[in-house]
Amino acid sequence: MAGMETLHFDLPGGRALAPFAPVLVGVVASGNLEVLLEPSALAGCRVDIDTSAQGFGAVWEAVLRDFHERHALAGLSVAIHDMGATPAVVSLRLDQAVAALGAPTGAAP
Amino acid sequence: MTTSTAPSWNHQATARAARLARAAGVDGVRGKQVAEAAVVALLEALIEPGDRVCLEGDNQKQADFLARALAQVSPQRVHDLHMVQSVLSLPEHLDVFELGIASRLDFSFSGPQAARLAQLLGQGKLRIGAIHTYLELFGRYFIDLTPKVSLIAAQAADIHGNLYTGPNTEDTPAIVEATAFKSGIVVAQVNEIVDKLPRVDIPGDWVDFVVRSPEPAFIEPLFTRDPAQISEIQVLMAMMAIKGIYAEYGVQSLNHGIGFDTAAIELLLPTYGERLGLKGGICRHWALNPHPALIPAIEAGWVESVHSFGSELGMEDYIRQRPDVFFTGADGSLRSNRAFCQAAGHYACDLFIGSTLQMDMAGNSSTATLGRIAGFGGAPNMGADARGRRHASPAWLQAGREARAGLTGARGTPRGQKLVVQMVETFREHMQPAFVETLDAWQLAEQAGMPLPPIMIYGDDVTHVLTEEGIANLLLCRDDEEREQAIRGVAGFTPAGRRRDRALVDKLRQRGVIRRPADLGIDPRDATRNLLAARNMRDLVRASGGLYQPPRRFRNW
Repeated sequence: MAGMETLHFDLPGGRALAPFAPVLVGVVASGNLEVLLEPSALAGCRVDIDTSAQGFGAVWEAVLRDFHERHALAGLSVAIHDMGATPAVVSLRLDQAVAALGAPTGAAP
Repeated sequence: MTTSTAPSWNHQATARAARLARAAGVDGVRGKQVAEAAVVALLEALIEPGDRVCLEGDNQKQADFLARALAQVSPQRVHDLHMVQSVLSLPEHLDVFELGIASRLDFSFSGPQAARLAQLLGQGKLRIGAIHTYLELFGRYFIDLTPKVSLIAAQAADIHGNLYTGPNTEDTPAIVEATAFKSGIVVAQVNEIVDKLPRVDIPGDWVDFVVRSPEPAFIEPLFTRDPAQISEIQVLMAMMAIKGIYAEYGVQSLNHGIGFDTAAIELLLPTYGERLGLKGGICRHWALNPHPALIPAIEAGWVESVHSFGSELGMEDYIRQRPDVFFTGADGSLRSNRAFCQAAGHYACDLFIGSTLQMDMAGNSSTATLGRIAGFGGAPNMGADARGRRHASPAWLQAGREARAGLTGARGTPRGQKLVVQMVETFREHMQPAFVETLDAWQLAEQAGMPLPPIMIYGDDVTHVLTEEGIANLLLCRDDEEREQAIRGVAGFTPAGRRRDRALVDKLRQRGVIRRPADLGIDPRDATRNLLAARNMRDLVRASGGLYQPPRRFRNW
């Protein structure tokens, strides 16, 4: 999609997750984002971002470093589709997604 | 033997009589009654070059017909006027400068016209005396900015010139009092002329001329916020405000600024506040426009009283049916009064909470941005410690204790302090950081030749900064460095926030200067829109039992 920026981050280390069903939270809407968590074979946590907001790589890095300090999860792939959510909303969605890991429905508000 | 002329002490009354005599000769003027078509000629007869003129432009109600008439007078006859008015909101308010009718301006707020005002200033079309807070400008009406002629707006008049303002009394009493009792002249536009008024808001012998406006006076619904647009982050911040500040200090009396942040607090009182057992313990008395978002809290019995600066469109019938809560006249409708409500908000409220566009690392905040000269309305008055306050309340005493702990001498003398809370998301729309190293206000001051940067709320008046990351209690900071790190410590992922000293921020958190949601026992994942007592406009109407009638543009169901 035109005007989208793609970013990738590899966050090393962390506690390996037991197998889990994929988790999807949030919506792709203005000021919001969708977060998809899936198991991965990687040692750390891999994050792939598609965002409509250009030029905020340093902010994403800080938000994700903070996320990884909070949860330190390994064997996790995170896919983010962002439509200009603020860092506060991004952090909230990530925490909601992690909270839903292993929950029977995999759903979060 | 020498003769001397006795000094004359009634120049102003004599000049007033001469103006009235000229006006009496205008076609279409009969006593106080002025025909619609005669109003431009009337103004040309009354107003002299260089006059100080107050054109009633309030936060909501506008003397729009008289504003259009003033913009039509001949600049050959009427020029170099000094306009004094609280709000510039209509194009005509600036047309008079563009046309050479007026040249000087003293005001409070110009939000809708801020960009054009900056342009006209740049072109040398006007000089600004000062930008005031409302109460300060009203004060000067009685000291050194007394109007010679005031052009005001009311709902209705009777044949004697008595005026009924209806719910939007707003600035009218302050303007008329200053003008009528200093030999000035008061001209009122009214929507209708009736035999008997529902109530008298302004006595007829303070009013010189009345003209029926072809259209009702323009009133803007400024304080309606659709709950559908409140975000989860705003819900989270509202939870923190209620639990971390209102409950902590036992805030009984308060003022809320405009915005979705404070609307979220209002909508959380009957849900989250109730769950915390706070009903009756906080938020009983308000200096507040009739915010529709307060309806659920009123209906749930939280609110004992609300005094208002102005009214809000659509709230008329609801207010009429809740006279125990609102200030109403014998006719049943709201009596608002901006001057009294600003005084009440300053002296009689424990807390002000509002928002800003920018805050620097000293806690100074401003909504002034480059290329716009907007002023701040009432915020500087609400968001300032009332140094003259002497009555005690638990919240005021606790804030004062925290600020003065360990100090000696005059600065350590026990006294209370007003709670002034700035509630800001760390990033605004389009990822604009709310926390900055330097306010745009400094550059604006330089560009516009202002003696001081236009700061809305000074950092030394701010007691708490509330963001989605936490609450910084500035009362507990003991030096500039602690204060700076306390602010950086809640500034999130903004550049200013990322420049924090992590060790000092951790120390401030251990001391309770910074409190995160978790420190308050709040899980951000609980901050859902389900906590809002009304989630859309229709819910607000339902909560009011159908009495609230939102303006058409808010009827989105």
